[in-house]
Amino acid sequence: MIEYTPDFLINFWNWFPVDAQTVAIILGKIVLILLPLILSVAYVTYAERKVIGAMQVRIGPNRVGFFGFRLWGLGQPIADTVKLMFKEVIIPTQANKYLFLIAPILSIGPALAAWAVIPFDRGMALANVDAGLLYVLALTSIAVYGVIIAGWASNSKYAILSALRSGAQIVAYEIAMGFALVGVLMASGSLNLSAIVEGQAGGMSSWYFIPLFPLFLVYFISGVAETNRAPFDVAEGESEIVAGFHVEYSGMAFALFFLAEYANIILISALTALMFLGGWLSPFEGFTFLEGTMFEFLRETSLIWFLGKTSFFIFCFLWFRATFPRYRYDQIMRLGWKVFIPITIIWIFVEAVMMLAKVGPWAV
Amino acid sequence: MGGVMMNKIAHFIKSFTLWELLKGLSVTGRYLFKTKVTIQYPEEKTPMSPRFRGLHALRRYANGEERCIACKLCEAVCPALAITIDSEEREDGTRRTTRYDIDLFKCIYCGFCEEACPVDSIVETHIFEYHFEEHGSQVMTKEMLLEMGDKYEKEIAANREADAKYR
Amino acid sequence: MTFIDLNFYFFSALLLAAALGVIASKNPVHSALWLVLSFFSCAALWLLLEAEFLGIVLVLVYVGAVMVLFLFVVMMLDINIEEMRKGFVRYLPIGALVALILAAQMIWVVGPIGPDILDDESLKQAVRHGADYSNTKELGRVLYTEYVLPFEIASIILLVAIVAAISLTLRRRKNTKYQTPSKQIQVKRDDRLRIVKMDAEAKE
Repeated sequence: MIEYTPDFLINFWNWFPVDAQTVAIILGKIVLILLPLILSVAYVTYAERKVIGAMQVRIGPNRVGFFGFRLWGLGQPIADTVKLMFKEVIIPTQANKYLFLIAPILSIGPALAAWAVIPFDRGMALANVDAGLLYVLALTSIAVYGVIIAGWASNSKYAILSALRSGAQIVAYEIAMGFALVGVLMASGSLNLSAIVEGQAGGMSSWYFIPLFPLFLVYFISGVAETNRAPFDVAEGESEIVAGFHVEYSGMAFALFFLAEYANIILISALTALMFLGGWLSPFEGFTFLEGTMFEFLRETSLIWFLGKTSFFIFCFLWFRATFPRYRYDQIMRLGWKVFIPITIIWIFVEAVMMLAKVGPWAV
Repeated sequence: MGGVMMNKIAHFIKSFTLWELLKGLSVTGRYLFKTKVTIQYPEEKTPMSPRFRGLHALRRYANGEERCIACKLCEAVCPALAITIDSEEREDGTRRTTRYDIDLFKCIYCGFCEEACPVDSIVETHIFEYHFEEHGSQVMTKEMLLEMGDKYEKEIAANREADAKYR
Repeated sequence: MTFIDLNFYFFSALLLAAALGVIASKNPVHSALWLVLSFFSCAALWLLLEAEFLGIVLVLVYVGAVMVLFLFVVMMLDINIEEMRKGFVRYLPIGALVALILAAQMIWVVGPIGPDILDDESLKQAVRHGADYSNTKELGRVLYTEYVLPFEIASIILLVAIVAAISLTLRRRKNTKYQTPSKQIQVKRDDRLRIVKMDAEAKE
């Protein structure tokens, strides 16, 4: 591509100091990740309404289209966004003004920042950090601040109840999630997300979800709880505490919470795909009989596999929401502390014994 | 005792294989592909019963005389106090209304007025798509009600006819 | 000044400002949030020092868990700030004494700090590690070889603390009714519901 670029552009680029060039390249990459992400967030809301509609034998949004064409309602998320953007952000008089406005930013920030270390394909990541997994874990754990601060700053009963609920819930499930990831670390021997994916090379049978099946389940269910989604949506609980922490929010401030929730859904789905379903690896990698046939391309690793696996988990989020009723709060706590954490600890122990005895996939 | 133990083991296996959750998911999963029953409203409409209770109308006899005799039974029976009637003697000596107002904000469309009417004058039509654009326009006056009756007399008569044998 | 230096000064300034905010703000919730910010800036500084693991664990443990619980408690408290400020002058001497002792201890451990510390040879020798250097691995190696005994002792102490904390909260009052979710979810329809078949009653 370089030889086709006009000289003055190259000269213009070289005129900048090296540090500035690095910053510019990184900023460009950030835009390349964030734009599709925000667009997919918008369309996950559309997919949610369509999927849940279909599961309830309805059609879902199908009116708003583009240029007078309905196009199955594909214009709906755009219309929603525009509407929210032009609405007034109302700040309650008794609210803590600064914290009230900072809270949505605190909830969207980590949700987007975590994407810095997600590898989309071989070598396709913004930052190939050594402790990538820890980084993601750290960022998902600080997402709770947005909720807690929003709840406290709103100066509303419902909001503070929701903040307390979600705080306790996220801290509880954080631990189960962390332990589930310890299992992945032991299997791959690395905290680097790319290395974890490469450790699963060799077709579907060597993906981690088979030997680590309990951890896989615990991780994904904890992920659902961590994002405050149904059936763990007690923080929102519209039938009990109206809308929870964001009752007092409107307009763009509300939209940021919404964006954060869906960005977190996509993030958890992507992480599950990376850590348990081999990320960008092909499920047919081990099928040697495909060699030489027209289906050989199926064995290639590609971004499409990663996106497909992620989409499957996103669909599961929506599927769960259409299927399960909300958990009672004490049952959520019981599930987190008394079921998930023991399961993960037991399975880590089992895994350690397997590794020592050199059985299973880790006959190193 | 053994039965209790077996039950406990069965419960344990059931809950750790997420059996019941999978069952639930399969139900919603099946419904995902079912034919959708949504009626696309402005283009498609559900069939309407002849008993449907929509906007009100005052009917006339075939000779053009208004039916209402100002007996005020409808006003009395109206649970929402939506009907206001004033009456006077007309030149020919009959008792007629000078004012027949229905406040549509108060009206709950229960149809009691229709049932109470001894001369089938006040009726409810099948019209339910209407709106008001300014304050005060929600009150239907006698003229408006009579106009409605003239306009939709054919349908009103047909609906009464269809429902007559159940009355 | 390189980009990294710029980052260093930015985060140091932020750290100091946030630390000041912790003790200066009147509202305890604000104090806790300033503390969160100072942890964050500190983690960023550690990242600049190539201690990725430590920096991220600081965020994960302190910001993600400890401070959340802290904030929880502070949010629930109804603290009367006027009342709190009453004894300020009375306790000032003791506070100052404690602060002095702390500062003295730190200087004693770190060693005399003067303008000549910048000329110290050991500081200048700090070298960047290569790309294949993993801070996490190094930390793990040291923790489980050289410092295995202190590490294990620390973990035992923590375990004792956990057990103690749980046993303190595990207090059952006799007259309170409790639900046991594990029993509740085992209930089957047949345990509670009996369907009775009855003939329809004859009409009078």
